[in-house]
Amino acid sequence: MKEFEYTILDKEGIHARPAGVLVKTASMFGSKITAENKGREVDMKGIFGVMSLAAKYGEKITVRAEGSDEDEAIEEIKRVLKENL
Amino acid sequence: MIAKNGKGVFGGVALGTIKVFSDRGKVEKRFVNDISGEVQRFKDATDKAVKQLEGLYEKTKSQVGKDEAEIFEIHKMMTTDNDFQAAVENKIKMGINAEAAVFETGEDFYNRFKSLNDAYMSQRAVDVKDISQRLIKILSGEAEEMSARGEKYIIAASDLTPSQTMRLDRESIAGFVTEHGSENSHTTILARMMNIPAIIGVKGIADDIYDGKTAAIDGSSGTLYIEPNETTLKRLEDKRKKFEDERELLQKFKGRETVTKDGKKIMLYANISNMTDIDMVLANDAEGIGLFRSEFIFLESQTYPTEEEQFRVYKKAVEKMRGRRVIIRTLDIGADKQVDYFDIPKEENPALGYRAIRICLDRPYIFKTQLRAILRASAYGNAALMFPMICTVEELKKAKEILNEAKKELEEEGVPFSKGIEVGIMIETPAAALISDSLAGECDFFSIGTNDLTQYTMAVDRQNNRVMESFDIRNEAVLRLIKMTAENGHKEGIWVGICGELGADTSLTADFISWGIDELSVSPVWILELRKNILEISAK
Repeated sequence: MKEFEYTILDKEGIHARPAGVLVKTASMFGSKITAENKGREVDMKGIFGVMSLAAKYGEKITVRAEGSDEDEAIEEIKRVLKENL
Repeated sequence: MIAKNGKGVFGGVALGTIKVFSDRGKVEKRFVNDISGEVQRFKDATDKAVKQLEGLYEKTKSQVGKDEAEIFEIHKMMTTDNDFQAAVENKIKMGINAEAAVFETGEDFYNRFKSLNDAYMSQRAVDVKDISQRLIKILSGEAEEMSARGEKYIIAASDLTPSQTMRLDRESIAGFVTEHGSENSHTTILARMMNIPAIIGVKGIADDIYDGKTAAIDGSSGTLYIEPNETTLKRLEDKRKKFEDERELLQKFKGRETVTKDGKKIMLYANISNMTDIDMVLANDAEGIGLFRSEFIFLESQTYPTEEEQFRVYKKAVEKMRGRRVIIRTLDIGADKQVDYFDIPKEENPALGYRAIRICLDRPYIFKTQLRAILRASAYGNAALMFPMICTVEELKKAKEILNEAKKELEEEGVPFSKGIEVGIMIETPAAALISDSLAGECDFFSIGTNDLTQYTMAVDRQNNRVMESFDIRNEAVLRLIKMTAENGHKEGIWVGICGELGADTSLTADFISWGIDELSVSPVWILELRKNILEISAK
């Protein structure tokens, strides 16, 4: 299992558009991928889950991936987070 | 064929399928025995919904833009979301029909979003409603989502509220037919704005029995033909062609400057009540936006739109207009435009009640948020501000005080905005017209709102069909107030415009210009006709 932390830098937090981008990205990988905010962990492949994180500006989320392509998944999600949030 | 008569409020001919517009309540709950069959039915509906959403995404992307299309992609993800799908299936497995299972799951998710302590997310709750409605419609075999196949619809309703009209997919609407409504109601204004025929006062048309039937509208005679016969179709087709040829002729007035024969330049602007209207503004070559009805942002929303959300809309508008003036009218709700989350108690006389600037001054936090958003957008183009429903100099001063606070805050935060942003007011109450000499010293321009000015001058409710005869927008009293406002404005050296429907009345254009009116702001469809007229008259 791999994990990393990321601080949301977008003023609006994870709103609908970036949530969609994150779900699309996570769905490209076979690994189980989750995100956690304030003790709540959700499946990153579902939009309702990611949106319900309600992660705001300045908050830290933890992304975890477990599976055969976890390394690639972590790298790609990191990149997408930096680009969008 | 059945022919029904009403009052045509906008000319032209349209053909389409009738869509009876009604807000749906709860769905029927049944117990089912064939559970796996019911699950399959839900899965098929999901596939169909995905196809519809993909169609809508592509269509919106090509016709409006990628940003606007994204919502359909989000809806697709929501529809196929594992949590959502599993929740519906679990309900079906307890033995209830798919429609009810989707409805109940939709409500659960809706409430879950609503309870998130986050203004933005709680707003997304409405998307959940949308996707479950789509699934329920498919499951119950109702007409497919409008426009998914490029079909044209004639919307039939009792009367359309502004918030309903905002939610309509404009591309797929051929015309409107309503039972109620007046010449000045929102259905009418929207029809003019969209350049499509509309008939009001058609008895019994909002009945489900008409849903799905083909129909033709003749806007000039005010007749609706249900399942029209060949002869009628042929006659209407000729009529339509003639109407369009006339519009075609006007195209040569595009790109020309709007000046009178003796050289007075008139600012010819357009009124808009939606972002997609901007395309109409540009297509008809308006020189600016004279009335940006900002309340649409509030009507479309489920909760107070944030500063950031508003800023994005205003910024986009000024950018799209590329340096042409965009006059943003601050929030004008109350009266006939009600927004649930403002929680305004029912009033006996809403038109004389808590509305527009009165709400803004009473709830300065809402007002300031909007002012900050407009100020920030002013750094990206030519934005101007306009306050509605001003009656006294004190109100204007108070509004400007809040504006100055907003400016000061932005300055301290180092956020850019146009320091010299113009501030104008609507003249739409007799009080404002009568003291326009005093008001003129406190602002940069006047814009006369003729509908409300007529309503308040003539003491006639513009929503009330029974007194429609007395709603005389060309009454001498109204015209005198307009003239007086123009004179008082000019004495103080500020410009004066008209942004109400009356501005488009070409029988009055010569009078307006001789009184010194500097700007006319009308629905985009009238721009070219009005320009043609102005080119033919003399200011003196």
